[in-house]
Amino acid sequence: MLEAARCIVVRDLLVAWRRRSDVATALLFFVIVTSLFPLGIGAEPDLLRSIAPGVIWVAALLSCMLSLGRLFAADHADGTLEQLLLSSEPLGVIAAAKACAHWLVAGLPLVLIAPLIALQYDLPAPLYPVLALSLLLGTPVLSLIGAIGAALTLGLRGGGVLLSLLVLPLYVPVLIMGAGSVEMAAAGLAPDGQLLLLAALLVVAAAFAPWAIAAALRISTE
Amino acid sequence: MLGAVDLACERGGRSLFRRLSFALRGGELLRVAGPNGSGKTSLLRILCGLLSPTAGAVHWDATDIRRLREEYSRQLVYLGHAAAVKDDLTAAENLRITCTLAGLSVSSREIQAALETFVLDDLPVKRLSQGQRRRAVLARLVVSESMPLWLLDEPYAALDAAAGRLVEELIGGHVARGGAVVYTTHQDTRVGASQVIDLDA
Repeated sequence: MLEAARCIVVRDLLVAWRRRSDVATALLFFVIVTSLFPLGIGAEPDLLRSIAPGVIWVAALLSCMLSLGRLFAADHADGTLEQLLLSSEPLGVIAAAKACAHWLVAGLPLVLIAPLIALQYDLPAPLYPVLALSLLLGTPVLSLIGAIGAALTLGLRGGGVLLSLLVLPLYVPVLIMGAGSVEMAAAGLAPDGQLLLLAALLVVAAAFAPWAIAAALRISTE
Repeated sequence: MLGAVDLACERGGRSLFRRLSFALRGGELLRVAGPNGSGKTSLLRILCGLLSPTAGAVHWDATDIRRLREEYSRQLVYLGHAAAVKDDLTAAENLRITCTLAGLSVSSREIQAALETFVLDDLPVKRLSQGQRRRAVLARLVVSESMPLWLLDEPYAALDAAAGRLVEELIGGHVARGGAVVYTTHQDTRVGASQVIDLDA
């Protein structure tokens, strides 16, 4: 079972590596959007510090959305999705592997680059680990929930916009808790509560989302 | 082995076929014939479980395939209309991935041999022609001897005469070994089908 899951993760990473420009666009989008705010608002350190968590998190949400459309669409177009559906392992395992590969390509780079972005907002150094940790716990949830939407809107015309309308509202709890944890830490309070809630969200999403993705894939490939 | 009971299929409000029943035993070759749009691909997708029939059921060893799910998937090879290869990966990488997903463990030597059978260089698939792409897909049949059921949608499409003969030999060999094959085609082939379903009738 792990063999098939590992095979899909490796395959998707290999495809992503050979199409580096696709991966770079989502990451570059994140960097540019988060850089526009300090430029637009100007040198007001207090204001920048207070909006930083929210802006970085919203940009992470949008950047994640950018790459979601391709998650299953490429496999659907070249016919490999049918082979995934007919694989020797339960479809839930395959779906979990797809979401995991998406996170490694679209989520993990955001976690790594976020402290650098925070520099532009003059965020105090002790907040960097909190920001990175909140993203580390939150972005996998974005991939898992987003994959459900991507599977449901597979093959629909104008699926991209529909996907955003479907998925973004579901991202709200992650956004509130993710940005909230950094704001709590900035106010000198312990962010543990918010981070633990994020971790709980991750556990729930990891347990249930793969089966929802599998069901959605079966519906939309009929 | 494979049985279809009273299958019916409706696509886009149009009835493609109704009350279709057949039984296929090991060592038999079933050819699905019919003009374009008569439901050949839909029938094959129903047989492998990708599409649910409007009515009726497909049985594998007397058990409904909807209850078997991946247990049934482990028994079959389905080669669909689309090439099912990743453009950015090489032919060998594609073949290895498809085999791993199908639960087949094959060595790199077997993969190399399969590609050599179909005279393919190990290039990224996007640099191959349409026919070579089909060869890259069909190379899977060389290593799929252990799968009892082959479902092939237009296996001869876009192939030249040499590759066509190769596929005929593979299908013939599989049937001779006791495997079952269902395939659709427009062309006349030398492999004699033991059953023919004409969806036009």
